[in-house]
Amino acid sequence: MSEPKVRILIAKPGLDGHDRGAKVVARALRDAGFEVIYTGLRQTPEMIAEAALQEDVDAVGLSILSGAHMTLFPKIMQELRRRELEKVVVFAGGIIPDEDVPALEALGIAKVFGPGSSTQDIIQFVRQRFSTD
Amino acid sequence: MDLVQQVLMGNRRATARMLSLVESNSPQARQALAALYPHTGRAHIVGITGPPGSGKSTLAFAAAKALRAGGQTVGIVAVDPSSPFSGGALLGDRIRMQELSRDEGVFIRSMASRGHYGGLALATGDAVKVLDASGLQVILVETVGAGQGEVEIARQAHTTIVVEAPGLGDEIQAIKAGLFEIADIFVVNKADRVGADAAVAALKSMLSLSDAPTGDGWKPPVLKTVATREEGISALLDAMTAHWAYLQGSGERQLRDRRRGEEELRRALGAELLQRTLVRVDAQLWEGLLEEIAQRQIDPHAAAERLLESYPMLER
Repeated sequence: MSEPKVRILIAKPGLDGHDRGAKVVARALRDAGFEVIYTGLRQTPEMIAEAALQEDVDAVGLSILSGAHMTLFPKIMQELRRRELEKVVVFAGGIIPDEDVPALEALGIAKVFGPGSSTQDIIQFVRQRFSTD
Repeated sequence: MDLVQQVLMGNRRATARMLSLVESNSPQARQALAALYPHTGRAHIVGITGPPGSGKSTLAFAAAKALRAGGQTVGIVAVDPSSPFSGGALLGDRIRMQELSRDEGVFIRSMASRGHYGGLALATGDAVKVLDASGLQVILVETVGAGQGEVEIARQAHTTIVVEAPGLGDEIQAIKAGLFEIADIFVVNKADRVGADAAVAALKSMLSLSDAPTGDGWKPPVLKTVATREEGISALLDAMTAHWAYLQGSGERQLRDRRRGEEELRRALGAELLQRTLVRVDAQLWEGLLEEIAQRQIDPHAAAERLLESYPMLER
């Protein structure tokens, strides 16, 4: 029997014009040995939650640059709960001001990586959450 | 209700969980698969293979959309390669299919190849069985970008679609051996590009050269599509339906199912024998043989023979 692989969905909600950051994170996580599902730009909360369900992921990483996180993230968390995916670890990154972080954490978002975070920080976070010991 | 029952009732969350168990080859998955097996064998399994960049994902999306319009439910298993270095994988096939993720009649699952070669993951066949048992009617299996040797899909699928695109280099070179022989349907995708007609003509002339089945046998059609614009898709669906009808009518389906069954039995037997042998092997003998192999005192085949000599029931 092989050990279960950690599967992570990297998703981009809303109307961002580019996904460079999301791709950099997706690649870094792949290179750290995770299975990363990337779904591309302009996803609705429903699409993200449904992809998380079908792919049976352990974690969802949300990347957002548009400033709409306070509108979109609550909807994503709601759609995840509606599918009984409360156990999925959600983390986020992009252009998210520090003052919004407490509100996002209250929503159940485990960690927010603001501008300047390194991919190593993200890898370490995921490793810690899913270490088997 | 247990997971197996929920899968049989088409519960999507349970299906997703079951697919993960199957992928990690857990003991629980084996039991579950045994319980699901009598409920498999209903879906039309369609393989989509071809070189990287030929448009397999987009074609799978377009075909799934058209199948849905015709009222059929669709499962998609999309395989991408795992990194041989990190063991990680970047699975991007959903990018082209996201429009379908709001449709309850579609279930899409990305799979990493996890070190298995041949264009599929080791667990792909079992994943297809789970989707089949969950009641989906057509299951599209998209392989890793394939060259000449990735032909495993032909053993898993009822109908194999080989996708080509003009401008990928020498199209015919790319499919001269393996892929050419496994196609039930050829698709020249990106047919709005220069060179599409030449690719079609080349494929047709190669087909006429091969000792293709005559009489009531199946003759692989060569179709043109522009998957991004969903052009040529209804002809593709017609060909899929025609091939499915041919398989059923000619008895070829039973033949293929039997062949697949034999293949799976052989593989299971091999894995089980290996497992049982390994747990019984004397550790000292094992280490000694490893050392002798390293010292070039014995070759691996002879070493295996010597190991098996200690099991009287396995004598030649």
